Amino acid sequence: MALLVDKLRPRTLDALSYHPELSDRLRSLARSGDFPHLLVYGPSGAGKKTRVIATLKELYGPGVEKIKIDARVFQTTSNRKLEFNIVSSVYHLEITPADVGTYDRVVVQELLKEVAQTQQVDLGAKQRFKVVVINEADHLTRDAQAALRRTMEKYSPNLRLILLANSTSNIIAPIRSRTLLVRVAAPTENDICSALHLAGKKEGWTESEVLNKRIAKESGRNLRRALLMFESIYAQNEKVTDKTLIPPPDWEALVTLTADEILAERSPARLLHVRARLYDLLTHCIPPTTILKTLTFKLVARVDDALKPDVIKWSAFYEHRIKLGSKVIFHLEAFVAKFMRIYESYLMGMDF
Amino acid sequence: MAASFFNNKARAAAAAASSSSKLKAGDNKEDSNRLQPWVEKYRPKTLDDVAAQDHTTKVLQRTLQASNLPHMLFYGPPGTGKTSTILALAKSLFGPALYRSRILELNASDERGIGIVRDKVKNFARAQLSQPTGLDAAYRAQYPCPPFKIIILDEADSMTQDAQSALRRTMETYSRITRFCLVCNYVTRIIEPLASRCSKFRFKMLDNSAAGDRISNIAEQEGLQLEDGVVDTLIRCGDGDLRRAITYLQSAARLVGATKLPAVKDADDDAEMTDAGSNSSVITVRSIEEIAGVLPDGILDSLVEAMQPKSGGSVYEAVSGVITDLVADGWSATQLVGQLYRRVVFNEAIPDIQKNKIVMLFSEMDKRLVDGSDEHLSMLDLALRIAGVLRGN
Repeated sequence: MALLVDKLRPRTLDALSYHPELSDRLRSLARSGDFPHLLVYGPSGAGKKTRVIATLKELYGPGVEKIKIDARVFQTTSNRKLEFNIVSSVYHLEITPADVGTYDRVVVQELLKEVAQTQQVDLGAKQRFKVVVINEADHLTRDAQAALRRTMEKYSPNLRLILLANSTSNIIAPIRSRTLLVRVAAPTENDICSALHLAGKKEGWTESEVLNKRIAKESGRNLRRALLMFESIYAQNEKVTDKTLIPPPDWEALVTLTADEILAERSPARLLHVRARLYDLLTHCIPPTTILKTLTFKLVARVDDALKPDVIKWSAFYEHRIKLGSKVIFHLEAFVAKFMRIYESYLMGMDF
Repeated sequence: MAASFFNNKARAAAAAASSSSKLKAGDNKEDSNRLQPWVEKYRPKTLDDVAAQDHTTKVLQRTLQASNLPHMLFYGPPGTGKTSTILALAKSLFGPALYRSRILELNASDERGIGIVRDKVKNFARAQLSQPTGLDAAYRAQYPCPPFKIIILDEADSMTQDAQSALRRTMETYSRITRFCLVCNYVTRIIEPLASRCSKFRFKMLDNSAAGDRISNIAEQEGLQLEDGVVDTLIRCGDGDLRRAITYLQSAARLVGATKLPAVKDADDDAEMTDAGSNSSVITVRSIEEIAGVLPDGILDSLVEAMQPKSGGSVYEAVSGVITDLVADGWSATQLVGQLYRRVVFNEAIPDIQKNKIVMLFSEMDKRLVDGSDEHLSMLDLALRIAGVLRGN
C-alpha cells in the first residue's frame, strides 16, 4: 500500500490544486515548442517535483510515467568506481549527482554528454530533445556546475535541463542567467487544509476541520509533512476528534526533551548528558542543520525577549561552522555550551 | 539475411526521412530562427549598431578605413558588447566569404590549456593567407579584406598563466599575418607582457537610455506588448548587463506565450497578429521581476517595518514572522541580502555611524551564504542584528 503522499500525487498540470498561474505558465512553456532550461526552486514540500513531472507529462504524454531504474558505474580519473542510480523513461532521465559527493563532476560530464550526443530515437516523440532532471542542484560542487554551463550551451538542441533546488544562493551566476527561474512557493495553510480535506474525502475518513487547521499550522507550510502527519494520525487513532494529539516525529520529541534539559540545568554534567543525546540524533541520520535549527527554535520560544537575538546570532554562527568544519558534534556542542553561558549570565544579571 | 536486414533498415530510414521532410520542410527554417536566443538574433551586425561605446567604435571605424589593426585587448563588465564589437568588426572586414578562413574564435568553453595554445593557435597563426578566389570587385569594394587573420580569444581572463605566456612570442612572430584580440572582464588577470602588446579598449557600463532604446527596439521587432515601466525594470534587474536584460525579456515573452506561433507568417501581417494576441500577452513589470527573482517591494517594506525599534519590548516576533514567510515563499536569501542592502544604505534616515555597522553585517552574511549556511537562520540573524543596530546598541 502506497503512502498518501505518493498515492494522491497529482499527475497532470490540471490536477494541481494551488498556484494556478504557475501551472498556466508551465503549460504555455511546454506547448510553445521552445522549452528553455529551467531552474525550479522553493522550500521542500512545496511541490517542485510534482510540478516538474506534470510538466514532463505535458511535454511528452503518458510515456514519461513508464520509468525504470538503472545502476551505472562511472570511473573517476583516479580509477575509483562510482555506482550511480538513474531513473529514466524513454524521454527523460532523473539523476541526483549529489549522491556521489565530490565526484559529481564526473557523472555530470559523462552522463550528460552521452545523453546529449544521442538523438531522440523514437520518431513519434513529441519533442526532439531529451530532458534531464537534476535533483538537489544546490548541492552540486562548483566544478560540476561549471561543467554544466558548457554542456548547456553546447548540446542545447538535444538536451534540456531541469534543475531542482531549495534555493538559488548556491547556484553560480552563469547557470542562473542561462535558465528560466521558476519559484514554487510553499502552499498557504488554507491550501493545505483543502488538500487534506480532499485526501480525507478520497479515503473515506471522517475528519474534523479544526484538526486539519492544526495540522496545517504544525506542518510549517510543508504539504508532504502535513499529509504524512494526517495519515499517521488516522493510522494511530480509531476515532479522530478536534482534540486528537498530533504526534511529533520521534526525533523532534527528543530535541524538545533536550531543550528542556538544557533550560533546566546549566552545568558541565548536563552538557555531557546533552552530548549523548546529540550523538543519538546524529547516529539516526538527522542532518546537523536540522538538529541545530529545531533546537534553536525550541530554545528561543522559551527564553526572554532580550535574549532572543543573541541566541539566533550564535545559532547562525555555529551553523556556519558546521558547514565549514568536518566534525559536526563539536559545533553542536559548542552551541549548547554557548547557550548555557549566555542564559546563565542573563539569569545572574552579570557577564562572565 | 544480412542483405534483407540492411534493406529493411534502409527502407525504414528512407520512409522516415521522406515523412519527416514532408512535415518539417515547411517550418524548419522559421523554426530554427524562432528557437534562436534573442541575444544571438539581435547581435549587432555592423560597428554602427553597437550601442553606446562611441569612443571604441570610432577608433575601430578608423582602423577599418585604414585596413590596419593593432593587437587588441577589450575589457569591461559583462554584457557591454565586447564580443559583439569584435564580431561585428570581423564581419565588416572580411564579409561572409572569407570569414571562416580568416577568423579563429576560442572561448572559455573550448579547451584552452597550454597544449591548445601551442598547437591550434600557433598553427592557425602560422598558416599562410589563402588567396581569395572568385571574389568580384563588388565584394572587394564592400569589404576591405585586409591581408591578415584574426584570432579572437574570448573570456581570456580564464586562461591559465602558462597558456598566456605561451602566447607572448607567438603574437610577435606572426604579427605580419595575424592579429590577436583578447576579450576579458578583468584586465588585471591578463599578464603584463600580453597586455603591453595590445592596445586596450575599455568598455563602459551601458547607460540607461542606450540600453532602453535597444530593448524597446527588440520588443517592437518581436511584436511584444509591454506594460509601462517594463523597460526600466529590465534595465534595473539587468544591472547594466544588456545580455541579461534581453534574456529576461525573452523568458517573459515565452511565459506569457507572446512568441509568434510558427504557423503565422511574420513581417507582413504584424499588425493583424498583435491585434489578435493583445488580450493575454502583455508583459507586465511583475512578470519580469518574477523571472529575475526580485522580491516585490511590499515584502521588503514589511521586513523593514518589522525591524524598526518598537517602544515596548522586542522586535523578535515581528521579524521572525516575516522571515518565516519569506522562507516558505521560497525567496532566495542572496537576493534578499542584495535588495535589503540597497534599501538600508540609501536610506537617508539612518545615521552614518549605524550604516557602518550594518554594512559589516552584510559582508559577513554574504560570506556565510556563499559558504552554504542555512538561509533561514542567516536571514533571521541578519534582520535581528540590523534591528539591534537600529535600536542603538
